[in-house]
Amino acid sequence: MATVSEATATTAPKRRWGATVAGVVILCVMLFPLYWMINTALQPESGLLEVSPVPHSLDLSGFTSAISEQGGHLLTSLAVALGAVVICLAIAAPAAYGLAQFRLPGTKSIVFGTLITQMVPGIVIANALYSAYVDLGLVNSYFGLMLADASLGIPFAIVLMRSFMVAIPKEVIEAAEVDGASKVRTFVQVVLPMSRNSLITAGLFSFLYAWSDFMFALTLNTTDDVKPVTLGIYQYIGAHVGDWGSVMAASVLSAIPAAVLLVLAQKYIAAGITGGSVK
Amino acid sequence: MSTTTASATPTAPAAPAKQRDTRRRRRLSQWGFIAPAVVFMLLFFGYPLVRNVVMSFQDFSPSTFFDGKSPFNGTDNWSKVFHDDLFGKALWHTIVFTIGSLVGQFGIGLALAVFFTKKFPLNGFLRSLILLPWLVPMVVSGIVWRRILDQDTGVLNSFADTLGLGGHTPWLTSPGMALFSVILVNIWIGIPFNMVILYGGLQEIPKELYEAASLDGASAWRTFRSITLPLLKPVITVVLVLGFMSTVKILDLILALTDGGPADSTQTLGTLTYQNSFVQLDFGAGAVVGNVLILISAVFAVFYLRANRSEGK
Repeated sequence: MATVSEATATTAPKRRWGATVAGVVILCVMLFPLYWMINTALQPESGLLEVSPVPHSLDLSGFTSAISEQGGHLLTSLAVALGAVVICLAIAAPAAYGLAQFRLPGTKSIVFGTLITQMVPGIVIANALYSAYVDLGLVNSYFGLMLADASLGIPFAIVLMRSFMVAIPKEVIEAAEVDGASKVRTFVQVVLPMSRNSLITAGLFSFLYAWSDFMFALTLNTTDDVKPVTLGIYQYIGAHVGDWGSVMAASVLSAIPAAVLLVLAQKYIAAGITGGSVK
Repeated sequence: MSTTTASATPTAPAAPAKQRDTRRRRRLSQWGFIAPAVVFMLLFFGYPLVRNVVMSFQDFSPSTFFDGKSPFNGTDNWSKVFHDDLFGKALWHTIVFTIGSLVGQFGIGLALAVFFTKKFPLNGFLRSLILLPWLVPMVVSGIVWRRILDQDTGVLNSFADTLGLGGHTPWLTSPGMALFSVILVNIWIGIPFNMVILYGGLQEIPKELYEAASLDGASAWRTFRSITLPLLKPVITVVLVLGFMSTVKILDLILALTDGGPADSTQTLGTLTYQNSFVQLDFGAGAVVGNVLILISAVFAVFYLRANRSEGK
């Protein structure tokens, strides 16, 4: 079917609803695993048996045991992810501004280098970082994990925010400086408010990257002191293979930030996916 | 302070010097904005790259982290890794996994992107919900799928059973099957990302071209091949390269689904690096495998840059 005739010509409403039905079917197939996650979480009694397609009763005991076992890890995830966002934005926003507006020698190579970092495999970073972290005493520390998780978002944040800040007119910045504002004040009071949207998008994505991180949590922690929920769930299934109900309940809880952000910040998410990759 | 009306001659040479001074100070304060990011990236990306090369020539053992001894051992790590059958297997699995995942993600992603260019009620709503699988932490997706694919009690097999299609497929427990299953799950994870970017690319194609094509009586397939694909090419390159880079190094998903098993049948270069370094504490061997992984990515990055340049930007 040519996409155009659909878009321009007036099509019978019946056919358009047909496409909606097809779309709903596609969505159901794509989201089925997530439905199954919730469904299994609500049937903790099924254990190792087959899970019925719909929960018979509202059994929340899976969730209560998930909260008692993984609640602390969820808080750890939250703290680490928020810390990573702060580090990421504090480092990336000024850099994005500098690379967008100052004509410094080497700007091009720095932007290029930023793009190239995205090809360095995380496990390779972890491999080298581990011994450095041991020497610096950063293994099993919140700050160490925040720094490592911030590295997941920084290159993306720089590229994304820079592409927005390039568009800020020179005159606006010059006007602020003529008024006697320092570089830092111009940045904080003029540039940042103008780049609000890209700042939010970069922050959201660095949060999601850090929240989803498993590899740094796995490799840079040797004790249970700092255990984000991704690591908590992974280790839990290694130890208690039978208790799927609470594993799935913990999984549901760990997926909540993604779902909430998708609903509340949909436009930023879409902007981030396209802006960060195509630019 | 001398008055400004004082003779012009002495101030004239001083002015450029002063100007140069303020300009240097301005430059310095400008670098202040960029320096933290540069330092951070050197520490978290540059240093590991260099350190991995060095580590691959060092002897690490479980005792290294107590006595701090990791003497250089020439090319021992390299020959050890290359003589191990597991390396060849892992390399092959990585290739199969990456190509299989990319073909599936891209093919289905493109089909869905084209589908969503139609105008129909709830289009935007459905399109945004499809993103959800991509936003859930990858380990969590892996664990959910592990339950779904369970041989005896997983829903996929009981569904197949109801349809009379057997229903005892050992998705993750048979060495012949596991890699295929892992690829299937990764395709599921990657579809949303491919779809969104390709959809964005499709929106950029001028509508007039399609109108002209339909006036000329071009078939749908012909239109797709002669208009959509060529104009979408830059976006396709981006999607495939980004997909390649994130797929070739995948670790979370495989650890959550199979831990590299059964019988190493889902071991990839990523999981092998992890196993060597963090399970066997042989960081030298891990570094060797990691370097191979980087090399593969680098070759691809060069291709990407070439393609980008020939694109004119």
